[in-house]
Amino acid sequence: MGGNLVQNYGEVVAMVLFGIGFTNLLLQKNMIKKIIGLNIMDTAVYLFLAEKGYITGHIAPIIKNGDFSPDTYINPVPSGLVLTGIVVSVSVTALMLSLTIRLYRRYHTLDLDEISTRLKKEGR
Amino acid sequence: MEMILNFPCLCILLTMFSAIISSALNRRWARYLNTFVVTLVGILSAAVLMFTLTSGKSYVYQMGHFPAPFGNEIRFGSLEAGMALFFSVIMLLSLNGGREKIRMEIDPGKEKLYYIMINLLLSSLLALVYTNDIFTAYVFVEINTISACGMIVITEHGRTIEAATRYMIMSLLGSGLFLIGICILYDMTGHLLMEYLYTSISNIMAAGTYRIPMMVAIALIVVGLAIKSALFPFHAWLPDAYGYSTVSSAAMLSSLVSKGYIFLLIKLIYRVIGFEVFFGSRIINVLFVFGLAGMIMGSVSAIRENDIRRMISYSSVAQIGYIYMGFGLGTGAGMVASVFHILSHGATKSLLFVAAVGLTDASGGHKEFDELTGAAYRNRLAGAAFLVGALSMVGIPLFSGFISKLLFAQAAVQSQGKALAALVVLAVSTVLNAIYFMKTVIRIYTPTDKKYEVTAFGYKVSYAITLGCFILLNLLLGLFSQPITNWITQGLTILQ
Amino acid sequence: MSRIRDQKKYEKTFAFHFFRWLSGEKDMYVGNMEMKPQREPEETEESIEERMKDHQQVLAEVYDQTKNKELLLFEKAYKFLSILFCLALVAILIVTVSYLPRVGNAANPDNNIVSETYIKEGLRDTGAVNIVTGMILSYRAFDTFGETNVLFIATCCVMILLMVDEDKIKENADSNDRDFEPKNDVILQKAASILVPIVFLFGIYVILNGHLSPGGGFSGGAMIGAGLILYVAAFGFNKTEKFFNEKVYTVVKVTALVCYGCIVAYYFLTGANGLPCLVPLGEPGKILSGGITLPINIFVGSEVACTMYAFYALFRRGGL
Repeated sequence: MGGNLVQNYGEVVAMVLFGIGFTNLLLQKNMIKKIIGLNIMDTAVYLFLAEKGYITGHIAPIIKNGDFSPDTYINPVPSGLVLTGIVVSVSVTALMLSLTIRLYRRYHTLDLDEISTRLKKEGR
Repeated sequence: MEMILNFPCLCILLTMFSAIISSALNRRWARYLNTFVVTLVGILSAAVLMFTLTSGKSYVYQMGHFPAPFGNEIRFGSLEAGMALFFSVIMLLSLNGGREKIRMEIDPGKEKLYYIMINLLLSSLLALVYTNDIFTAYVFVEINTISACGMIVITEHGRTIEAATRYMIMSLLGSGLFLIGICILYDMTGHLLMEYLYTSISNIMAAGTYRIPMMVAIALIVVGLAIKSALFPFHAWLPDAYGYSTVSSAAMLSSLVSKGYIFLLIKLIYRVIGFEVFFGSRIINVLFVFGLAGMIMGSVSAIRENDIRRMISYSSVAQIGYIYMGFGLGTGAGMVASVFHILSHGATKSLLFVAAVGLTDASGGHKEFDELTGAAYRNRLAGAAFLVGALSMVGIPLFSGFISKLLFAQAAVQSQGKALAALVVLAVSTVLNAIYFMKTVIRIYTPTDKKYEVTAFGYKVSYAITLGCFILLNLLLGLFSQPITNWITQGLTILQ
Repeated sequence: MSRIRDQKKYEKTFAFHFFRWLSGEKDMYVGNMEMKPQREPEETEESIEERMKDHQQVLAEVYDQTKNKELLLFEKAYKFLSILFCLALVAILIVTVSYLPRVGNAANPDNNIVSETYIKEGLRDTGAVNIVTGMILSYRAFDTFGETNVLFIATCCVMILLMVDEDKIKENADSNDRDFEPKNDVILQKAASILVPIVFLFGIYVILNGHLSPGGGFSGGAMIGAGLILYVAAFGFNKTEKFFNEKVYTVVKVTALVCYGCIVAYYFLTGANGLPCLVPLGEPGKILSGGITLPINIFVGSEVACTMYAFYALFRRGGL
């Protein structure tokens, strides 16, 4: 176990959340809960990235008072990555929800295993 | 700087523009625009390929006004240009082969949305092939996933939507792992561009700091991409998705979508992780074992199938197992064999799907084997094309499948410790392939007295031309394998 | 000279069995057991019904989750292995995090020359006071263009799944609009008539100030989209269609994306070929500055607003 476990507590929380989201996405039966798991997983990655960029004592990267020294601002790169990631996460969530709506309209159940069993029984 | 070096960037932007403009056109113009753009991309990629073959080095193209590591860039050598040409050719042929079915099966109001999906699929494949930045790769991997999902659900019945849901769940698991791998890698190195990542990673490995996070990050990236390209235990969505969607979708999904991720993985191995580090780690043993398992289990599941399209889909699982076995062998020859198999499998699998639709149409739309008896006599060209594809899959000389099996066997013999396992599984898998493909071929060539109604594919000229081009492509890969293998080897050396 | 064998001797040969296997008719009783010659199968109504019932019962037994032992065992094993896998994943990730560099440390490997250059040269190179906006729209413009296309393709995919014909929308117009909510709720309408203009104004402010303060095209566009959704929820689709229907949507979206694409194409082609970009950077701190960041923010904002509204409208009634 490396030395930074306690100082990196934010990242540990992010990893635990990632695990929770991953488990939900993989193992939950209900489709809506799977989608919630997907969102938790993505949010955990953004928490991790946000922790990455932070430097103690520095402020947000918007230039103030003509001060260009890197000692005043935090790292701007992870914030840019988070922006991109959030948009991707929203799009994928919308897509998964519309798939769930179509499945529900046809089979009146939110349980994916039950749907595949019913399809096997139908024989198509 | 020569004009021709602008072509890769132009290709990517052109496909994106065509997707955006297609949303404002009606279906006929969307179709024409799509065909035009795919052909144009093919021609431009061929020009770039000629150029890079003669000069023999790889070029870096700056995307924006700032040099790396501050700005974005793409990089291309002969291998990337050739893969772009190959992808556009397969896409054009698959679209042509399935054109009738697109007209029949897809709702007319949604046909232009299908062409938007295809344009963006081509743009994401080109971007994955050319990119030199790992975060751009992630964004385009997501575009690839969503466009593949769109291509599956375009024919709407229960099976495709359920298949698409399973596909999205597995794919998003893979994306999540890939993203967290990228973030950990960024944390340790601070760079996102591949060359700078490579230098940082070599420094870190040499200094011995961050050893565990580095291994974990590499493992997460490799496992994420392996999940997305349907390696053995994660292939459950494949038969449903390929078996029930429309023909062009099935052909493009099997030949192009998974291959985009595999090519990205090859680029990451050569350009980010580094050859020696990758082959020194344990992860290639895991890939090797799962590849072997996939080869056997895919073929065993295919034997049990009663439906021709699901059988071809299970065969895809086995072929992806071959490619990962090639990675797992741990030599440069293994990588060359894997890249050749990408080309060979892409050409053959689309041929099989396009030929299968001709056979099923000539049998009244039934896909089960007992209805397909004698289908080759009802549609001679589709039968001949299926025969060519099946012989290539089994590995008969003269066709491309034989060359790829030969390259795998040679690579296996040269690697230490894995030769026996690889050769045994290769032999068993060839026999299993022969069982289900030969059974199908014999069945479609058995004459029968049943009559079926004449259908759309009976007299279409474009369908015949498409099948002819596919057969020609297969024979080309089989007969001119030596120059192609030289091109791949040269391309892989300058990939770094 | 060849003779034809009689049937009984032929049934004992290997060739007979092989051809039966090949054509899928293998029957293990033939040739091994005495069998009476079979009658032609008669298909009466009852026999068909009987067969269907048997078929259903077989399927029900095989796929019966509660009683089928094999399925239960497989499920238990699958659950156990997956939980093990997920716990192992979390444990590996936590161990990894403990080895990573300390959070908040200024000497981390990722605070390297790249981030320092962005901070030092960012304003001079891009003209944007907000370094993050300048970074994603100038230095890493390709990523942002890809991300905008992710939104676009997700909208198209949702349209494939949820879009229905215009006639069906008209049929269900009443139930779509007011099935579960009160019609023309006074409180909602009064609140919306005050809030919606404020939301729009704030969204436009955030978009235009993306390069001067926190904000940008994505956040501002999401706000405008939220304002549109609030308007539709309060007043219904009939009123909204007067100024935002499918035609307006297509025009706005295609124009925004095409213009964004043209700017990006111009930027890349001039950059790679060494030509200067002719868009002026302007004076830092003013609204009309930032080079290409201001127009890109506007286009991205309008596209995101259209996308948010389109998602809502497609989910609610299957059409814009």
